[in-house]
Amino acid sequence: MAEKIKINIDGIALEIEKGTTILDAAKSVNVKIPSLCYHEDLCVAGNCRVCVVEVEGRKNLVASCAAPAEDGMVVKTTTPKVRSARTDIISLLVSEHNTQCTTCYRSTNCELQSLASEYNVDSERYLSVLKPNIKVDKSSYSIEKDDSKCVRCQRCVRTCAELQHVNAITVAHKGKDMKISTFMDLPMNDVVCVNCGQCVTHCPTGALTERRYYHEIWDAIGDPDKHVVINTAPSVRVALGEMLGFPVGTRVTGKMVTALKKIGFNSVLDTDFTADLTIIEEGHEFLDRVTRALKNGEKVALPMITSCSPGWVKFIEHMYPEHLDHLSTCKSPQQMFGALTKTFYAEKMGIDPSKIVSVAAMPCAAKKFEANRPEMKSSGYQDVDAGLTTREIGHMIKQSGLDFVNLPDSKFDSYMGESSGAAVIFGATGGVMEAALRTVYEVVTGREVPFKNLAITPVRGLEGIKEATIKLEKVLPAYSFLEGVEVKVAIAHGLKNARTIMDQIKDGKSPYHFIEIMACPGGCIGGGGQPIPTNDEIRKKRIAAIYAEDEGMPIRKSHEVPEIKKIYESYLIKPLGHKSHELLHTHYKKRNRY
Amino acid sequence: MPEIKELVKGLADKYGRARESLMPILQGVVLENNFVSDIAMTEIARELDIATAEVYGTATFYSFLDTEPRGKFVIRVCKTITCDMHGKKRVIEKIEDLLKIKMGETTQDKKFTLLTTNCLGWCHQGPVMLVNSTPYPSLDENKVTEIIMEYMSK
Amino acid sequence: MENVKRVDLIFGEYTQEKYKILEETMKKSNEQIITEMINSGLKGRGGAGFLTGMKWKFTAQEKEPTKYVVCNADEGEPGTFKDREILTKVPRKVFSGMAICGKAIGAKIGFMYLRGEYSYLVPDLMAELDIYHEHAKRFNLDFTIELRMGSGAYICGEESALFESIEGKRGEPRNKPPYPTVSGVFGKPTVINNVETFVNAVMIMKYGAEEFKKIGTTDSRGSKVFSISGDTPKAGIYELELGMTVAQFVEEFGDGDTKAVQVGGASGFCVPRKKFKDTIIGFEGVPTGGSMMIFNSSRSMYNVLHNYLDFFEEESCGQCTPCRVGCQQLLKGIQAVKKGEKPSSYLNQLLKLSENMKITAKCGLGQSVANSFSSIVDNFKEEMIY
Repeated sequence: MAEKIKINIDGIALEIEKGTTILDAAKSVNVKIPSLCYHEDLCVAGNCRVCVVEVEGRKNLVASCAAPAEDGMVVKTTTPKVRSARTDIISLLVSEHNTQCTTCYRSTNCELQSLASEYNVDSERYLSVLKPNIKVDKSSYSIEKDDSKCVRCQRCVRTCAELQHVNAITVAHKGKDMKISTFMDLPMNDVVCVNCGQCVTHCPTGALTERRYYHEIWDAIGDPDKHVVINTAPSVRVALGEMLGFPVGTRVTGKMVTALKKIGFNSVLDTDFTADLTIIEEGHEFLDRVTRALKNGEKVALPMITSCSPGWVKFIEHMYPEHLDHLSTCKSPQQMFGALTKTFYAEKMGIDPSKIVSVAAMPCAAKKFEANRPEMKSSGYQDVDAGLTTREIGHMIKQSGLDFVNLPDSKFDSYMGESSGAAVIFGATGGVMEAALRTVYEVVTGREVPFKNLAITPVRGLEGIKEATIKLEKVLPAYSFLEGVEVKVAIAHGLKNARTIMDQIKDGKSPYHFIEIMACPGGCIGGGGQPIPTNDEIRKKRIAAIYAEDEGMPIRKSHEVPEIKKIYESYLIKPLGHKSHELLHTHYKKRNRY
Repeated sequence: MPEIKELVKGLADKYGRARESLMPILQGVVLENNFVSDIAMTEIARELDIATAEVYGTATFYSFLDTEPRGKFVIRVCKTITCDMHGKKRVIEKIEDLLKIKMGETTQDKKFTLLTTNCLGWCHQGPVMLVNSTPYPSLDENKVTEIIMEYMSK
Repeated sequence: MENVKRVDLIFGEYTQEKYKILEETMKKSNEQIITEMINSGLKGRGGAGFLTGMKWKFTAQEKEPTKYVVCNADEGEPGTFKDREILTKVPRKVFSGMAICGKAIGAKIGFMYLRGEYSYLVPDLMAELDIYHEHAKRFNLDFTIELRMGSGAYICGEESALFESIEGKRGEPRNKPPYPTVSGVFGKPTVINNVETFVNAVMIMKYGAEEFKKIGTTDSRGSKVFSISGDTPKAGIYELELGMTVAQFVEEFGDGDTKAVQVGGASGFCVPRKKFKDTIIGFEGVPTGGSMMIFNSSRSMYNVLHNYLDFFEEESCGQCTPCRVGCQQLLKGIQAVKKGEKPSSYLNQLLKLSENMKITAKCGLGQSVANSFSSIVDNFKEEMIY
């Protein structure tokens, strides 16, 4: 038991564990202390000083996010001294800020704006010290960086370093010239940025945003010559509601489909379809690698690692280019969808693929970069014309003037609108692994995975690296060489954890056969394109919604989806077949780490 | 640039490859080249196995770890109050005149860079300047002319 | 000399010094050393003035086996140059002080962090370090000293920023607590003292706490090395007894026309002529790390303040809002008032801001900007406006 201490905050006496910060102690008794540089996901910086409070007996105010409470401390959070200081600090931040809020993408979702409004700061209080001629960096397909809106809280830098171990951005220079910068202040597109967008979801203001593409999509929708198709990723449906009047963790699948149809998309399809397809392809790829290794004694790269997270893919390309053969060659569901949209779908619907605009609604910033990878043109066209974030979809729905809360539900269109619960759980960390195991186990043994209600609980949850072992027994004759084999799997989310996994592989000490890696903490539900804010409490609610969606699905296993069976019968012929290789698989590129 | 690679490797061999070696390595590169180029920073990142952005972020914090090209002789004139009171301005004008450059610039032959700096710790003998690491206190127009002329002939 | 009392403690008897005091001190127990230090009442000579003996005691009490001693030779306060003089003239006393501290607290490694501006001292210091290590070996003292260099960042004189810099990072001050005595450089318990403080420790070991206490006042024990500059015919380094008034000081060092003395550098206080008599130089009045800048009536105090604020907005590390933006606002603000773009009443707003910086900034730099700002603006308001 940790030592307990007694303190008093705003007249409320409380007992807390020693080491608790004043901010956390206050939160536990519902005293809200405003803060800016503080974020639950990150280490304490204590640099914005917005959260200062008065501690009896001390001359100076104390930054409550950084200061541990001490026994007998008497804390006051709203004295005139505190209010005066806090107002000054917020005013100072405003004085170095580009305050063109009306045209800012983060307006009404900006922490500085709310603070300034709460404290009703006077814009005339101080002279502007905003640096002139700041150019917005729009070099990246995924991320825009506007230093004129930066409050220098360093949340992005801490995110990039602590959560993602990427360090694409840093604090550079000092004093009045201190700024958040890349190496040599190079454009974002030219540095070791994996486009995960976690800096965006951790930015309190509009300094870091995703590059928006919805204007082009509105234009395409308005163009009668174009056939605009959208597919929506699993985790969009459990987070979109947060922007449109629903509590965190609400599933809005049906309303989302209705809204997108009303907006004017010609066809609203489900990325889950290609998530199921990924499971079939990736599951067989895994079995193929295992067969070659165990049965034929070939040298095959194992463990095999999933490749559906484009932030993760770019991470390994930069950081571990010598281990790219561990990556599954499967494209991500988005890119499979894109390739099939302009081939299979076009054929089935009788539409000229050159007229198709293929859009993906994603919880992700890296999907934008992925869509623009030069190799992603297997349909003969750019397979995916635009990857939009959940936030962009939210904005489009707002712009359309729809009464989202009261919209009726609709179903996805066809073709490529049908899917399983296994596909839905792609949105949560561990989901791809669970979906793959549901199929692979059954392919090998002919039986369902031995977990109650198909819920493979060891792979679920927010632990950074999860492990599970599944013993293969009474296998089908074709897989007799696998009899008694214990399949070891691991799941990592957040690139910090990916690095741990990769270092094991690098050292030749990885005990696993199959690994799922997602770039973002929590998996796609915590993606860089999701509504802001995101923290563990929110991640858990979105994850709960994902699993609830899975349980509500009539089909829970990828290989049982009728449309999937049909596409193999009529088009792809067989997993890992010629057509699959042409459309559904890809290769990777070695990139510079330094 | 094989020579930069060699330089950085040599420094890393000498000072080690832990994070704490970053400052001495950066200082070693500046001692040799008068600035740390992007190539040098990339090599340092590689040697220490840290991100290039971290090397850049650290280097730019320190005003003596220039990340822009500098001349063979970097002149830093103290601009803090007592040097200011005792004729810093005239000294700077004289140097600008001699070298035909403005404050902050480098001569075309890449021999001299002229900068200001904060307190050099010679307040009782101001104005003072550093040429690379050598301090020259008690400057006036004549004295600074002599010194600059001497460096010009080097 | 009657106005001020000269002392010859710091620079005295160094030529023949062959680490005799250190050798003698090695015979004392750690408790004896620390008790002696506490009894001397010595306060840190960097400016903040924490009781040195207590620092040593707290660090000695820590259970962690690895501890460090750090000598802060990042002298960067405008108007200060005494550490350079000490390191030039009596480096052996500095190393002895570090070694005594190392023994007392149980540290095996000491770092001297020297500002980059003084890199020309390195060859001599390295040679002296070799001599120190020979002597240390001679009397079986397991305490080595390494030299680490700064590279032009005033903020690295702040102790936790200095640790960050030694660790190879940007010199950004840390949150406190934890304090250095618990978690200093490399996260280990650390004693960090100014160059002069270590020399004082050596002199305390030599003469004893009782003798040391006879110099100075109750609140300010011992002598102090002053760096005197500005409008004075006697600019230079002087070792003086603490406790004199500014009037006495000006009488001795002024040029007969002194209108203000800046005590403690850009982060210290400006004492105007009318307060010379009532202001004591020392911890009971205006504390100083040794910087004394004298201004005569020909000087514009607006220019002086402008120069300081220029300095601060560049040398702030930039991480915390009050310091990063506050310094820019103070500078821009006085410019605007001077140009008539803001009314003179705007100065009051700026004074209020500087007070808020004092109570909210993360470290001593941002907290002390108000010292010079308010003491100059309050005392020389007309110069700020006209």
